[in-house]
Amino acid sequence: MEFPILSLMLAVPLVAAIACLFLSAQSARMVALFATLFDLALGVLLWLNFDIGGAQWQFVERAEIFAGFSYALGIDGIALMLIMLSVFLMPICILASWDAITKRVGEYMAAFLLMEVLMIGVFAAQDMFLFYIFFEAGLIPMYLIIGVWGGDNRIYASYKFFLYTLLGSVLMLIAMMWMVNDAGTTDIPTLLNYDFSPQAQTWLWLAFFASFAVKMPMWPVHTWLPDAHVQAPTAGSVILAGVLLKLGGYGFIRFSLPMFPEASAQFAWLVFALSMVAVIYTSLVALVQHDMKKLIAYSSVAHMAIVTAGLFAFNVQGIEGAMMVMLGHGLVSGALFLCVGVIYDRLHTREIDRYGGLSINMPKYALFFLLFTMASIGLPGTSNFVGEFLALAGLYKVSTLVTLVCTTGIILGAAYMLYLYRRVAFGEQRNADAARMPDLNAREWIMLAPIAAATLWMGVYPESFLAPMRQDIAALEVRMARAAPVGDSQLRVGEPMERNANFVAAAHDAEGAH
Amino acid sequence: MHPILFIVFLPLLAAIVGGFINKSAPSVVAKSITTGALFISCALSWPVFIGFWLGDSTATVVPVLQWMQSGDLAFDWALRVDTLTAVMLVVITTVSALVHLYSWGYMEEDPDQPRFFAYLSLFTFAMLMLVTADNLVQMFFGWEGVGLASYLLIGFWFKKPSANAAAIKAFVVNRVGDLGFMLGIFGTFLVFGTVSIPEILEAAPSMSGATIGFLGYRVATMDVLCILLFIGAMGKSAQLGLHTWLPDAMEGPTPVSALIHAATMVTAGVFMVCRLSPMFETAPVALGVVTFIGAATCIFAATVGTTQWDIKRVIAYSTCSQLGYMFFAAGVGAYGAAMFHLFTHAFFKALLFLGAGSVIHAMHHEQDMRYYGALRKEIPLTFWAMMAGTLAITGVGVLYVFGFAGFYSKDAILEAAFARGTEISMFAFWMGAIAALLTSFYSWRLMFLTFWGKPRWADSEHIQHAVHHGHDDPEDHNPAVQEDAGHDVTHAVPSPNYEAGTGGYHPHESPLSMLIPLGILSIGAVFAGFVFKDAFIDGADFWDGSIYFNENLIHALHNVPYWVKLTATFVMLIGLAIAWLAYIKDTTIPAKGAEQLGPIYRFFYNKWYFDELYHYLFIVPAFWLGRQFWKLGDVGTIDRFGPNGVAWVVEKGSVGAKKFQTGYLYSYALVMLLGLVAAVTWVLF
Repeated sequence: MEFPILSLMLAVPLVAAIACLFLSAQSARMVALFATLFDLALGVLLWLNFDIGGAQWQFVERAEIFAGFSYALGIDGIALMLIMLSVFLMPICILASWDAITKRVGEYMAAFLLMEVLMIGVFAAQDMFLFYIFFEAGLIPMYLIIGVWGGDNRIYASYKFFLYTLLGSVLMLIAMMWMVNDAGTTDIPTLLNYDFSPQAQTWLWLAFFASFAVKMPMWPVHTWLPDAHVQAPTAGSVILAGVLLKLGGYGFIRFSLPMFPEASAQFAWLVFALSMVAVIYTSLVALVQHDMKKLIAYSSVAHMAIVTAGLFAFNVQGIEGAMMVMLGHGLVSGALFLCVGVIYDRLHTREIDRYGGLSINMPKYALFFLLFTMASIGLPGTSNFVGEFLALAGLYKVSTLVTLVCTTGIILGAAYMLYLYRRVAFGEQRNADAARMPDLNAREWIMLAPIAAATLWMGVYPESFLAPMRQDIAALEVRMARAAPVGDSQLRVGEPMERNANFVAAAHDAEGAH
Repeated sequence: MHPILFIVFLPLLAAIVGGFINKSAPSVVAKSITTGALFISCALSWPVFIGFWLGDSTATVVPVLQWMQSGDLAFDWALRVDTLTAVMLVVITTVSALVHLYSWGYMEEDPDQPRFFAYLSLFTFAMLMLVTADNLVQMFFGWEGVGLASYLLIGFWFKKPSANAAAIKAFVVNRVGDLGFMLGIFGTFLVFGTVSIPEILEAAPSMSGATIGFLGYRVATMDVLCILLFIGAMGKSAQLGLHTWLPDAMEGPTPVSALIHAATMVTAGVFMVCRLSPMFETAPVALGVVTFIGAATCIFAATVGTTQWDIKRVIAYSTCSQLGYMFFAAGVGAYGAAMFHLFTHAFFKALLFLGAGSVIHAMHHEQDMRYYGALRKEIPLTFWAMMAGTLAITGVGVLYVFGFAGFYSKDAILEAAFARGTEISMFAFWMGAIAALLTSFYSWRLMFLTFWGKPRWADSEHIQHAVHHGHDDPEDHNPAVQEDAGHDVTHAVPSPNYEAGTGGYHPHESPLSMLIPLGILSIGAVFAGFVFKDAFIDGADFWDGSIYFNENLIHALHNVPYWVKLTATFVMLIGLAIAWLAYIKDTTIPAKGAEQLGPIYRFFYNKWYFDELYHYLFIVPAFWLGRQFWKLGDVGTIDRFGPNGVAWVVEKGSVGAKKFQTGYLYSYALVMLLGLVAAVTWVLF
């Protein structure tokens, strides 16, 4: 048996989390930082040792527990990328909480470390019930982070968060039990190739959809997200936007699409319709927000709509694009929440109008904020462009109308993000206290610079990220091919024109006619 | 290593280095690095161009790095060099280098110079990436990159609300065009299975009879693809409908207007149509659209240009109008003529803008021509430079002898439109001819108001400020004059006597760093047409397949009747005569004319009310809808009947339910536990 690196990645933050509970504030911070950095190092090792083009499931570990339920871990390229995203953001979150969190630091760090365990667990789980446990338990630390360390209205936010996710998870659990009963296994790789009857697929798909749509979040079950973001501490928002919002998309890729291809095709119209509404609706809502975090939260809903639309395009570009949007959005929206956190820590308000002219007193900050704003808009050369471009290119093959509506997101996105940037960073320094804020300190610089580098790397040379996923997404496409919808483009090649459009008779011909 | 690598990446390197040094060193460091890099780029570009001009060079593609590969969609970062690119290379690097140099003088008192120069270099890099693109996506990269740089430079004086608004407007309106561009790329990929430009151009003729579904309609494939791509070009090149951002973009510093909003970025759309000309030649309807939009823009912008008072806005509308010429030239198939006008226009329009900048500099940031006058003697070098530019744009020349730059390029365009001989091309011809008259009128109007007559400086707030405070205050750089002008509908040109008119102010000629670029561009404005006309218009060998060369059309173009060849000169003289009558001979004519033509004048003066229309059509509804969705949708409906409704039901329900609600975490854990128990039970039994 090879070295159980995935278990180690789970064990390190788990042990650290327990340790944090018993440590003083400063030691808890140091332990958490060290543990997350160690996990990042393990993650890099994992990536380096991942055999691109090799076996579909790598680093497999398995221990039977009882009744077919087993502790089974293993990753493919898709899971690898999402694990990398999680372990990359985690040390940054610890740094972001360094000075901002002063009460119950040990418990706070423990909650974050536990979250890291559960996030890695979700992406690495190969047993359906193990997945379920990680998937649902991952919400508990988040729920605590909002409820204990959140803002003034944290109870309402955590209540909403809880209520929305509750409904979905119950339905998903019932569906899972039915599936195990039908297929006789909880092993995800086996289930991926198990054909459920089309009638069953319909119900199973809807049950899973209830859970994933909330996690995504899709319109109209998105209203928990703005409240959760607004009330969560900065690092909580980063993880929420960076990783937790990816659970829904991962769920679609791992369960809905490959396990219920017929049902996915059957309900593609529903996903498209909700995605189209989300792009327009939430973008316009983002335009009129006064609260920075709410604005970015609504923009997340719009971006995630591109993910869902891309996934249900049923082709390689659509799915790879959706994955790249998830990765890019994880970095960029995380970074945008960090940017909000930086100034929130100084002025303790998220009200956009309380800022203004920050380019003058915080030029370094303004530069980072500009980069992430542009990335969020999907400027080519940044991570989000790669994803959006591929997702929409894939979507175009299926439906020109859906693509047209979803692509308007690039106009609206530019409008609300630039409007935000203008009010925060440009203009006169209207408020004396905002004008006095110091520029980024070393800790904040260290938080933002790696994300900036990753954003550009992903934009200029996305091959590093696409290559590990290529084989898995190709397999997924093959798996879904039998249900793939027919596009509305329907190219029909006719008889080519004999002449170019601006053909002019040669001069001597004209003379000859006389 | 191929020189193109240095040409393209030196400006990027300079932008990064200059940007990071920023204010940690004296601004001369960042300025020297960026300007030096641009002059090296320029020096390397000319040999490339001359190589193609002499026919020594052949098209090459220099690979740089893999970019994206997703299924059958694959493309790389690569730099393509052919004749078309080479033309753009010299235009971009030359104007950019000169604008960098010019900015040493123009921006001298600005506290933020390193940032300005870094942006300029960044822009140049993005523009070079655009013109060297070998695939549509890299072109889109450059396209968006120049959009970013344009946004940053328009909003360079970011404390001014009007500059910020203009910057956002430029970006967002361009994004509307980009929507078309992106859909065009997607459609092209769908049809041809590739985004590589050479492969698309080669395969395009075979698809000329194909049809395709689009938004539920069945349409000609090539037409819909080309129209989608052209919508992108309309945004970037400020064509009618998507033009509203360009005049507002004048909020940026004047060197920016010269580089980005006259010579280079706004011509990207024309470049795109020419680059894809073999593709457009398979799409007759799309070409009709290009011709019509070009002709309509040409006349629209010219009418507005005749009524504006802000010197930069006149030139901005002039740019918009000249871009219209380029588009309808491309639309009728005279791609060489379109590129020729792009080439000459770059020189004379950059010259006019930089000249205007020099006037503004001399007049202490006053941009309203009503407060100019009699500057001929005060700033003679600027005057002669502006004169060269005006002679070039109005197309002064004598057939078969010599003409200034615009004489050759504009004539070729009008002749091509006439020679093409379809209804739509004749429409373009007549619109172009009328626009040429208006061009001559507004250009000479600008010259006469600025350099002739008596001084009218005393009433200018800027001049008064300068006289009283004595020194330039960078804080009030370039305030928005347009707002003042907007309220004034009398339009009488004040003409007090000379002594009172100066207000005691003495305009000063610009420093050498500003005059040298003016001098070099003047040479271009005078000779660029005469020297390069044969290569650009007739040179099938020169273009060497980099654009679609319509041999028969070029023959027909040379054989148009004499009255057609003389039309441009004729209307130019009429325009000059009217301008002379109205602004030299009898200066009461403009006010009387404006009064008599009342509604028409106001229609032109208010830019055909496009801004007002869009404000009420798009901006107001967008914010209104946003608020409705938020307050009535999210809060009023989804939350009310969703989570809050559930809370209400639970609260009103029972004591037991209340207990449930108080312990969220426990209840959550409880539900999970129950779920798990149920699961195990189900599986086991």
